Amino acid sequence: MPSSEVAGPAEVLVLAELTASGEPTRATLEALTAARVLGAPVAVVLGAPGAAAGAAAELARFGAGRVLAGESAELDAALVGPRVDVLARLVADRAPVAVVVPASAEGREVAARLAVRTGSGFLTDVVGLAADGTATQLAFGGTTVVRAQVTTGTPVHAWRPSSLTPVPAPVATVVEQVPVELSATAREARVVRRVAGPVAGRPALTEASVVVAVGRGVTTAAELAAVEELADALGAAIGATRAAVDAGVCPPSCLVGQSGARVSPRLYVAVGISGAAQHWSGVRAAQTVVAVNSDPDAPVFALADFGVVGDVATVVPALTAQITAARG
Amino acid sequence: MHSVVLVKQVPDPAGERELDRRDATVARDAADAVVGPLDLHALEAALTLRERAGGTVTALTVGPPRAAGALRHALATGADRAVHVVDPALHGACAPQTSAVLAAALRRVGFDLVLCGAASSDGRLGVMAALLGERLGVPHLSGLRALAVSGTTVTGERQTEDGWWELAAELPAVVSTHALPDPPRRRTVAGIRAAQHRPVTTLTLTDLGIDPATVGLAAATSRVVTADAGPARTPGRTGDPAELVRFLADRALV
Ligand SMILES: Cc1cc2nc3c(=O)[nH]c(=O)nc-3n(C[C@H](O)[C@H](O)[C@H](O)COP(=O)(O)OP(=O)(O)OC[C@H]3O[C@@H](n4cnc5c(N)ncnc54)[C@H](O)[C@@H]3O)c2cc1C
Repeated sequence: MPSSEVAGPAEVLVLAELTASGEPTRATLEALTAARVLGAPVAVVLGAPGAAAGAAAELARFGAGRVLAGESAELDAALVGPRVDVLARLVADRAPVAVVVPASAEGREVAARLAVRTGSGFLTDVVGLAADGTATQLAFGGTTVVRAQVTTGTPVHAWRPSSLTPVPAPVATVVEQVPVELSATAREARVVRRVAGPVAGRPALTEASVVVAVGRGVTTAAELAAVEELADALGAAIGATRAAVDAGVCPPSCLVGQSGARVSPRLYVAVGISGAAQHWSGVRAAQTVVAVNSDPDAPVFALADFGVVGDVATVVPALTAQITAARG
Repeated sequence: MHSVVLVKQVPDPAGERELDRRDATVARDAADAVVGPLDLHALEAALTLRERAGGTVTALTVGPPRAAGALRHALATGADRAVHVVDPALHGACAPQTSAVLAAALRRVGFDLVLCGAASSDGRLGVMAALLGERLGVPHLSGLRALAVSGTTVTGERQTEDGWWELAAELPAVVSTHALPDPPRRRTVAGIRAAQHRPVTTLTLTDLGIDPATVGLAAATSRVVTADAGPARTPGRTGDPAELVRFLADRALV
């Protein structure tokens, strides 16, 4: 595929991530929305054969005038490496002005390795892009706003999920197959199997626009069930503190904080959580935080926008009932 | 087996962190320094592997002279030896540069397994294992919540957003860990005493064959244009569940 065939405005490669049902993730649509200021978005779908066909319509609705499909069962058989191989080749062939990758755990690593492979700089936790290539990043869990530029090579931006509302910009699109030629090294970090967590059916923690999180204050099965009802009423993902994970109330995949997920929802509901720094470093980017805690002096009340002082066992069911009632 | 654990001195995560106003690098003097909490889990994993299969554990850091504290901590916890890459030219090095320096040091000291925390609590990039895998041309298994070595194969469970993946690779390899099941062991008085006799090797960029001009703020692959405090949170208020739901409705959150 000689690069001379690539005509028209500058391209921005956007790595598309797909949900289990094959749709682009919200973070992908955000990345497409943000990428438009830099040039013409070209979505790259890397997955099993047929993946691109299922996602192309939605990618086009958000501005991808071209969908490059690298399709091979081998892509998911190893961690990160195969995606980097294909993307690096696309960067060399197409000379895009930039690459934007949703900053999931794997996406961040794809961005980092791609940058080194292509001799470029990369920026993580990007929440905004400007036409001159300046990226806005949130540092230190949202307490510092940094504007930065990549000064070397083809900038690679890892886009932080839930940073903007995706805006449709429908275009006609073409799906073009691209070769998947993997180096021996790319296959070495083998993914032996993938096990879905018990939270299936709820949105993924880092993608969710609402997160309901439980702490040590949630102890009984009845309380947890009440919290789950609240989460379902809000369409929320469930998060947890280390104390709740250690107590076996939630699986480790729910952990939010320094050693777990960093979330950036529109709403974070902290239930029976004290507000420890190690937990809060994963919460800081939430837009609105509300807290339920029986201790009026709990530090979490200084961090929350709205607090309810009271026992989980009574406050949580009351909240669910009020929310259901408010909706009529 | 030779395990090399990357330890990094970071501001105490319980304290406030900020960027240095002068040149927008992390203000590493502004807070009390500790060893990265996840690095201690990586160290624990290396010490446990040594107990089971024998071998050597080396602690490695790239950082200013005071970062030697992180190495002393690792030695007192049980590491056999320590390597400190220290050079004034490193000030303001970006993650890709740091990974190049670490990779050069790792080639120099040799390794079967490189271990680090899945994210450092200051820079929070969470990509060092990936960068080192790329630089060294070896597989990286990252974000592990469990880890084992059997013969020349390393296996682990990678925590993901919606479950976990079982991973495997042949040594040599790089791994990064989240909090592992076993809490990191603490330093003992005997350990601190024994550590005084364990060797700390100091290396400069020139020792590693790296031109200092290619490293540091001036040669970074990205540059900070501005850095400002994020939007301040207005002090919260309290109320009953009905008032909370009204608060949420006003913001179109329910
Ligand atoms: C290196 C390191 C890394 C860590 N990483 C993380 C991390 O990634 N994520 C994380 O979350 N933690 C992490 N921690 C642990 C963290 O420091 C805190 O211990 C933890 O977040 C506390 O969880 P909690 O708020 O649920 O528990 P607690 O601090 O015990 O708070 C429980 C709260 O529940 C309230 N409560 C009790 N009963 C009720 C009730 N019936 N109704 C209402 N409220 C009630 C109490 O008033 C209290 O405020 C880490 C710690 C270390 C040292």
